[in-house]
Amino acid sequence: MGTNKGASVRFESVQKSYDGETLVIKDLNLDIPRGEFLTMLGPSGSGKTTTLMMLAGFEPATHGEIFLNDRPINDVPPHKRGIGMVFQDYALFPHMSVAENLAFPLKVRKLPAAVVEEKVTRALEMVELPGFGDRRPAQLSGGQQQRVAVARALVFDPDLILMDEPLGALDKQLREQMQYEIKHIHKNLGVTVIYVTHDQAEALTMADRIAVFNDGVIQQLSTPDELYEKPANAFVAQFIGENNRLNGTVRKIDGNVCLVELDCGNTVRAEKVNVGGVGARAILSIRPERIELAPKKGAMANNLRARIEELIYLGDHIRVRMSVSKTDDFVVKVRNASSRPALSVGEELNVGWHSKDCRALDFNGA
Amino acid sequence: MTVTAPGRVELTALTTGDGTPLKLALAQATRRARRRAFLLVCPLLLFVLVTFAVPIAQMLYLSINNPIFSQHMPRLTAYLQANPVRGVPGEEGFAALALDLIDAKKNRTAARVGVRINYARAGSISLFKSTARKVRKLTGPPYREKLLKINEDWADLHLWRVMERASSSHTLSFYAAAIDLTYDLDGNLVQVEPERRIYVLLFIRTWVLSAVIAFLCLLLGYPVAHLLATLPLRYSNLLMIMVLLPFWTSLLVRTTSWIALLQSQGVINDLLVLLGIVGEEGRVQMMYNQLGTIVAMTHILLPFMILPLYSVMKTIPPDYVRAARSLGATPLTAFLKVYFPQSVPGIGAGFLLVFILAIGYYITPALVGGSSGQLISNQIAFHMQISLNWSLAAALGAILLFGVVLIYWLYDRLIGIDNMKLG
Ligand SMILES: Nc1ncnc2c1ncn2[C@@H]1O[C@H](COP(=O)(O)OP(=O)(O)OP(=O)(O)O)[C@@H](O)[C@H]1O
Ligand SMILES: [Mg+2]
Repeated sequence: MGTNKGASVRFESVQKSYDGETLVIKDLNLDIPRGEFLTMLGPSGSGKTTTLMMLAGFEPATHGEIFLNDRPINDVPPHKRGIGMVFQDYALFPHMSVAENLAFPLKVRKLPAAVVEEKVTRALEMVELPGFGDRRPAQLSGGQQQRVAVARALVFDPDLILMDEPLGALDKQLREQMQYEIKHIHKNLGVTVIYVTHDQAEALTMADRIAVFNDGVIQQLSTPDELYEKPANAFVAQFIGENNRLNGTVRKIDGNVCLVELDCGNTVRAEKVNVGGVGARAILSIRPERIELAPKKGAMANNLRARIEELIYLGDHIRVRMSVSKTDDFVVKVRNASSRPALSVGEELNVGWHSKDCRALDFNGA
Repeated sequence: MTVTAPGRVELTALTTGDGTPLKLALAQATRRARRRAFLLVCPLLLFVLVTFAVPIAQMLYLSINNPIFSQHMPRLTAYLQANPVRGVPGEEGFAALALDLIDAKKNRTAARVGVRINYARAGSISLFKSTARKVRKLTGPPYREKLLKINEDWADLHLWRVMERASSSHTLSFYAAAIDLTYDLDGNLVQVEPERRIYVLLFIRTWVLSAVIAFLCLLLGYPVAHLLATLPLRYSNLLMIMVLLPFWTSLLVRTTSWIALLQSQGVINDLLVLLGIVGEEGRVQMMYNQLGTIVAMTHILLPFMILPLYSVMKTIPPDYVRAARSLGATPLTAFLKVYFPQSVPGIGAGFLLVFILAIGYYITPALVGGSSGQLISNQIAFHMQISLNWSLAAALGAILLFGVVLIYWLYDRLIGIDNMKLG
């Protein structure tokens, strides 16, 4: 199995409406190179499944064009697209044995029986289920069914695999193991994978790139670290990881830095990401682990007075909920090191952060 | 539990904390619940027993037991039981006959006995009735001579053999009659004359027509059920109402509307003539024959096919067909290899339901079937209401029941009854 496999996918201004009244997908433009592991992440109803269904050919695009290897496929029926698909409920045919399930895509392609048998055996070995060929899907555990579903989507050597929340039904431990195995298979086979999930941890660990969906629009398309550290708008900042938000008004813009007057009257310096001009409302986004309690004087660009409301002990770290600038759900994560300060509820102290860790985002879309 | 050897565990009777055996404790604990459940179903149980089980058992008993002759002709019955018929009997037998006939005249039962004998020997009703009218002449012996003077048919050996068989009330002769068999003069089972062989033919016709109707229902109902199961809710609700609409109309109304449509002066023929497809003389005979029975019954039984199919198809996730398509199957292959096999339980249930209902259908074939579209149930009704041969009716019904049970058993063996989903 070579590495120069995989298909490229391109969506060009694709729109989709089911009822002719609302757009479920609004102007989707997406370019996926060969061999990429792309994850679609987003809240329920944001259009992830719809996007996959259009790509697989089960739903027509209302507008726009989809390209597979630079070939428009809007008029190609699903069975001629050669796309492997793993469904959330696995969709293993219950009246066929595991081996028959795996042989199905090969038999409809009229491959000779010897080849079919060999490929089925190899596929079972790949997902570490040799000897399970005679069982019915109902006789397998959830994780085993999931592996068979993956094997079935791969057995006919497609260049593109779509997975719609394939691990949704598994418990946490099994999920993590399967994430690793799917990633492993992707690396070995070099196929393009489009993977839908609404579990952000899963998206962050597995993907080359993540497309964050909301309301039928891709909010941000970037690598996991960039997505986490440099959210492009308030929705992404809020959706990925934990996030503190402070509301304010832009007072001054100076290159990449802007001065924002918080609603409490204090002014902070922040990275300018996408805010309107001076006078526009803005949301400041700060990750909890980038905030320091009682910083040395002058060490941080921003300092605010805060009051501890609640302490939650989590073993390796402590979550400190504080009230800062009119909000009382400002969270700081303190590493449970031996040097950490003693904290008590009701205590007042300074909190501080660097201006590059504080991103000023557009007020809309939050 | 005591451990006797490594890896081997021996079970002893488990007990609860106070030493009661666990099984007993469980039984006690659930007794109240069971008694409650029994009391809840009790009224229905009694109702079913009184209105269903008992009458059916009685009816089935009637098919092998007909006491009319032995009841009303006690002396002759005693004589026939004691003296097997070799030839026409002598004075002793005729004396028993004459005395019984005198009583029958008094009790007005001669005609009923005649009817009973008439099942196996035509002309017996009038023989018994006319003789009973003249019993005045039978004041004393010799009875044989006097009876033969009244009607010399009394010397018919066949008649005596029939009376001998009728004298024992337990008999299989009704089952024999129900499959066109009869006893010849020597008491052997033989087929009746060709022109009187009707029941076997009717049974075959009933089965074949029922199968044809069930098959047509499947053909027509399958796509509709599929549509019902896959359409968005607001359309499928409308369609469901249309499927159920016939249920809200009286069976008689529906059947008569088929008459209005199909008869030779009916809507369809008028249309055909109007369009010039057939001439005035060429009006198509679409009812009072098998065609009429098939068309009307297919329409009436269609919902019984659609509903089980629908309930099964509703549970087939659309992802299965999608998965098949994404794996490279054409729409046809995906249907045949993936969708169809999963709808088989619905097909089995629908087919069985329609077939069994069709086998016992009565009103529709009676109204639109003419003579060639009659089913066995029409014969049963005939024997219940007109000829009053209830034993034969019961035998025919029992054979029908046996057929249904046989099909049910076959289905269970071949497909498994727990695979069947009725709703
Ligand atoms: N067959 C359909 N007919 C009409 N509307 C639909 C249909 N399928 C989806 N929708 C609507 O389209 C929108 C997007 O649905 P979609 O299934 O793509 O969301 P999703 O991102 O996959 O959500 P989830 O994470 O819950 O699976 C939703 O508002 C949904 O109600
Ligand atoms: Mg979805």
